[in-house]
Amino acid sequence: MQDIMSNFIALDTITILYLFGVGFVGGLVSGFIGSGGAFVLTPGMMSLGVPGLVAVASNMCHKFPKALVGAVKRAKYGQVDIKLGIVLGVSAEAGVLYGAHIQEKIKAAFGDAGSNLYVSVAFVVILATVGGFVLRDAWKSYREGTSNDEEKAGKLAKWVQSINIPGTMVYFKSINARVSVLFTIPLGFATGMLAATIAVGGFIGVPAMIYVLGAPSLMASATELVIAFVMGLGGSFKYALSGLVDIRLAMIILAGSLFGIQLGAIGTTYVKPFMIKVVMGAIMVIVLFSRGLMVPVYLAQLGLIDAMTDSTVKLLKTTSFAIMIFALLLGAFIVLRAMWQGKQAEKLQQAAGALEHGKV
Amino acid sequence: MAQSTTRKKPVAAMIFMGIVSVALYTTLLLKQDEVNSVFGKGGLYAFLPIVTAFVFSYFHGAFTGHFWTVVGVEAAKQKKEVK
Repeated sequence: MQDIMSNFIALDTITILYLFGVGFVGGLVSGFIGSGGAFVLTPGMMSLGVPGLVAVASNMCHKFPKALVGAVKRAKYGQVDIKLGIVLGVSAEAGVLYGAHIQEKIKAAFGDAGSNLYVSVAFVVILATVGGFVLRDAWKSYREGTSNDEEKAGKLAKWVQSINIPGTMVYFKSINARVSVLFTIPLGFATGMLAATIAVGGFIGVPAMIYVLGAPSLMASATELVIAFVMGLGGSFKYALSGLVDIRLAMIILAGSLFGIQLGAIGTTYVKPFMIKVVMGAIMVIVLFSRGLMVPVYLAQLGLIDAMTDSTVKLLKTTSFAIMIFALLLGAFIVLRAMWQGKQAEKLQQAAGALEHGKV
Repeated sequence: MAQSTTRKKPVAAMIFMGIVSVALYTTLLLKQDEVNSVFGKGGLYAFLPIVTAFVFSYFHGAFTGHFWTVVGVEAAKQKKEVK
């Protein structure tokens, strides 16, 4: 441990306010869709001069207490399936370790540019397929006018629920069916691997719970918070063993994100469940473009395409980061708007109810 | 869920949790050099950031929860059926 203090940047008021603000918006989105924020927070901290690993570690150390507070809040609304969260969370932990191992191998073989390219390609491929699917599904239920209907398990989920493998079946209340853990283990593992790669495991975890296991959107997004807690706790401890957690950064982000996560959780009680898919799908597709912009930069660094000028690289980097911030802000805007509309509708309903009972 | 709309707001609890939360953050920032040098050691000291995160989330989490209740932002009265 040569110079411990070189890992920790000096903090000024602007930095503290910036971290608090990004934490708030990230928390708001996480409280609503179960994850998010990390993809902006980690590069955001790095842009302040925080070393990459310290940024990842500090982000993780704010994530698990935030997820805990969010999960407790949403459990009060009856949206959390603790058993499913823990079962998926434990296998996700294994996925995180394996994902981190793959990252180290790629970094050793191809350097930073190779590792960055791997992360960006993973972002683009997964967000394009899963994000596109989620958004299309939300759009379909909106167009068909079924957004008010109770969510039904899809064909894949029905098939998964119909498979009986003796000795592996577990009942999950969110699904209201028995499912083999031989299905949940790979899903949790994939969630963890994605979390280790792009920092947002929920982009796999939530859609997997909805489309593969058949959980309702609200319960899937709430249960993701339990998975994030389990993964974040294990991950934070692993990084803390090497002294990489900057507790000041983690706690400042937590200060903002706990305001946000409470608000996001409250928001879920006002909206139609398909809004979870709208917010998640929209963020995923926008972030996809942000990461896609960086692919040519890393390809050029690896010498696979012609070299780029410094100004082009800078422009692409800035645009990419701006698009990511836009994705997060758009997500927060949709959440707040849906919440506002829900609250207004509730007020109208209450007024109508009072009129009916002759109270007014 | 028969919840009264005139339920008393948890102002005292919010103030108490807020004071504890501000005290925790003030201590962390005033003593940041000492904190960093100890927490950055790694090894068995890894428990310190984990415990810190739990303590901050307990007090600050309770404060933020009460805060939204006091300013009137609460969950929908008619709970959504999620199953």
